Amino acid sequence: MSAGQLPRWADLGLIPLLNLTAAFLVSGLVVLIIGENPIEVVQILLWGSLGFGEGIGFTLFYATNFIFTGLAVAVAFHAGLFNIGGEGQAYVGGLGVAAACLMLDSLVPWWVTLPFVILGSAAAGAAWAFIPAWLQAKRGSHVVITTIMFNFIAASMMVYLLVNVIGKEGSMQPETRTFEDGGRLPMLNDIFPFFDFGTAPVNLSLILALLAAFGVWLLIWRTRLGYAIRTLGANATAAVYAGISPARIIIITMMISGGLAGMMAINEIMGSQHRLLIEFVSGYGFVGIAVALMGRGHPVGIVLAAILFGMLYQGGAELAFEIPAVTRDMILVIQGLVILFAGALEYMFRPALIRIFTFARTPASAAPAAATK
Amino acid sequence: MTAAIELRKINKSFGAVHANKNIDLVVGKGSIHGIIGENGAGKSTLMSILYGFYNADSGDIIVDGQKVTIADSKAAISLGIGMVHQHFMLVDTFSVLENIILGAEDGTLLSGGSDKARKELARLDADYGLKVDPDALIEDLPVGLQQRVEILKALYRGAEVLILDEPTGVLTPAEADHLFRILEVLRNQGKTVLLITHKLREIMAITDTVSVMRRGEIVATRKTSETSMEELAELMVGRRVLLTVDKGTAAPGAPVLKVENLTVTDARGVTVVKNVSFEVRAGEIVGIAGVSGNGQSELLETLAGIRHPKSGTVTIGGEVLDLAHHPVDAAGMRAKSVGHVPEDRHRMGLVTSFAEYENAILGYHDDPAYSKGPFLNLAAIKEAAKGEIAKYDIRPPNPMLKTANFSGGNQQKIVLAREIERDPSVLLIGQPTRGVDIGAIEFIHKRIVELRDAGKAILLVSVELDEIRSMSDRVLVMFDGRIVGERLPSASEGEIGLLMAGVDDARTAKL
Repeated sequence: MSAGQLPRWADLGLIPLLNLTAAFLVSGLVVLIIGENPIEVVQILLWGSLGFGEGIGFTLFYATNFIFTGLAVAVAFHAGLFNIGGEGQAYVGGLGVAAACLMLDSLVPWWVTLPFVILGSAAAGAAWAFIPAWLQAKRGSHVVITTIMFNFIAASMMVYLLVNVIGKEGSMQPETRTFEDGGRLPMLNDIFPFFDFGTAPVNLSLILALLAAFGVWLLIWRTRLGYAIRTLGANATAAVYAGISPARIIIITMMISGGLAGMMAINEIMGSQHRLLIEFVSGYGFVGIAVALMGRGHPVGIVLAAILFGMLYQGGAELAFEIPAVTRDMILVIQGLVILFAGALEYMFRPALIRIFTFARTPASAAPAAATK
Repeated sequence: MTAAIELRKINKSFGAVHANKNIDLVVGKGSIHGIIGENGAGKSTLMSILYGFYNADSGDIIVDGQKVTIADSKAAISLGIGMVHQHFMLVDTFSVLENIILGAEDGTLLSGGSDKARKELARLDADYGLKVDPDALIEDLPVGLQQRVEILKALYRGAEVLILDEPTGVLTPAEADHLFRILEVLRNQGKTVLLITHKLREIMAITDTVSVMRRGEIVATRKTSETSMEELAELMVGRRVLLTVDKGTAAPGAPVLKVENLTVTDARGVTVVKNVSFEVRAGEIVGIAGVSGNGQSELLETLAGIRHPKSGTVTIGGEVLDLAHHPVDAAGMRAKSVGHVPEDRHRMGLVTSFAEYENAILGYHDDPAYSKGPFLNLAAIKEAAKGEIAKYDIRPPNPMLKTANFSGGNQQKIVLAREIERDPSVLLIGQPTRGVDIGAIEFIHKRIVELRDAGKAILLVSVELDEIRSMSDRVLVMFDGRIVGERLPSASEGEIGLLMAGVDDARTAKL
């Protein structure tokens, strides 16, 4: 049946744009209600996130986090799995980053440390995803429930470790010692001196994130494993028919997903904070779900959605600073609306658009039918 | 003869699909009117409009001379239109009586309504010979009786016009005959019956008038006595078609597939295949006849590696497999040269959201011909897909198109092409022509016979007895998980039908 079809550009471009517009229109209403000028708010939001070097730097820094967590959710989603555990997997990923950095930072330069950091963070995140994956594959425990529980376990475990095991000696702060130069990624400022990102911590991880996005594209659409993942996600019965073992694919996919989430810690820990500290993930894992939904599971869409959320984070911070009436909570409201329209109400405008498009394409046959209404 | 129902210039579109085009239809009171057409011809849409599931975009519905609007099924019922769905709308754990009054309870307490229904059921039994125990649970009744409950439900609600949508799909031939006798009684008592089917034989056997639909239009209406199966088939397809399968005699060789004492239990622990033994030789088609749900599906899936048996052995080309203790998955069975065209292509044989070329390698994605290390060799895959599209005349010939956008017949060709072109020595085929239009059926049957003549062992499962009889070289009949008899395809429909109904070999032999 050819009904229910949209041209690709409309599906991938027009619908997200409509959703976003709707989110901003409603946000504008909220801003009006609290007695501020929506136009001014939008101006500050845009200027704050894209108007000057440092703003762009912060936007990209946040976007890096979102790319990793968004990719993590998307990979699992292609296998029909909803990985809500990005938060915990990224948190535990921090352990892998810190382990490599603490061991090597005073011995070797950063580019020797980096491969170990990548491996460490991905392995830690993957290991954290393995248990829910195994439970889903072998015991049928739903991965949504178990990954949420594992977020809490990760939070408690990390507090314990930071306070009792790997914390800085003689300090009340639940954090490790600060890494030496061998545990610090170069800032983009240093790599591209002609950009002025000011004090923004945007660093080499951005390039890593983009490479990861390309890698995910290759994996999902160009490899045999990706084919198996997509088959399982689209039709599990057909996957069994094709001789694909669902248990195996569930475990592998979840570990890739967890690994990607874990790599988010590279940006925060090795790229910016230079020490492992408590609650450094602060919700990036959850926002990754919205990023993946808005990016429609495609790496290009995820990078774009990640930049958008980076803008909201950075522009929102500027906004709270410039207009005190627009508090942090207001920014959360706006982010929530974007997630609501782009994620939860993803298909709201779809039926109407389909009608418009089919009407436009077949004016001759559709006209009499429409005329009688 | 007055008209019970008249449709004038009914139009209905779904998006760009014009499912019903200017339909004019007059159904005479007290007649059995057949509507025949291929899948997707618009029969179900038209009946759904009549029963209030859809609203027509334009056109008039006239019931008993009155122009009416049918907004929902409630309105249809109040106009005396009843429908017996292809998939029964019954609550399995309720009694017959409870199902009958469901939605017509008459008040808060059940007793009033059920007393009335009990009396009414007795009257319907007396009038139409529709006997059924009102206190039996639906799940305990055979399918034929469940269908009778559906008919009773419609009559209880005062139906004067009864629509039956593909009513014989789940019935044995004997049960179908019984249904036809009931329909005749109903007609003789003045009820009107609209029979939707794609089976020409049924149209000829039971209807007074027949309308043929093709591509959303009614292309002809004939008195059944003045037409023939050949003419109707031609009207349905729009060209002359061969109704019989053109095949020479088989030249069977050595056994390729041998099944011994195979027992399979399902996920609930119910034994669904019971101690089944048979063999299929090279160059023959063995058909498994049986009413749907008697273990054929499970047997096929076990041989394909999708299910694992509880006991028994399977021998393929001399290799003895103890599948109960050393299970082999679907990929493993493919490696042993077993091809499988599954019964349900949507649920199992295809990933409908994939492009056509991606489905062309489903199950074969690890084949070295289609991969370069961990990567897919997209060029080779698309090349193979294009070859299959050309050879099997798959339309539209576009490997990039989403599989859901192909018609049922073309989807089935995609599956067949994929499985046949790997040149398997054993081919398991389930329902090769379900939901496939007549033109494609002819093509598919021809391909399967060609494969047989190339010396392959073919196991064919179908609920269409006609198909089994015309395609097979030997016919096995399954009932309740057992093989209850073997016949030559030339055995009469009645004889095989009895076996399908569970009358076992020892008893049929006496008949």
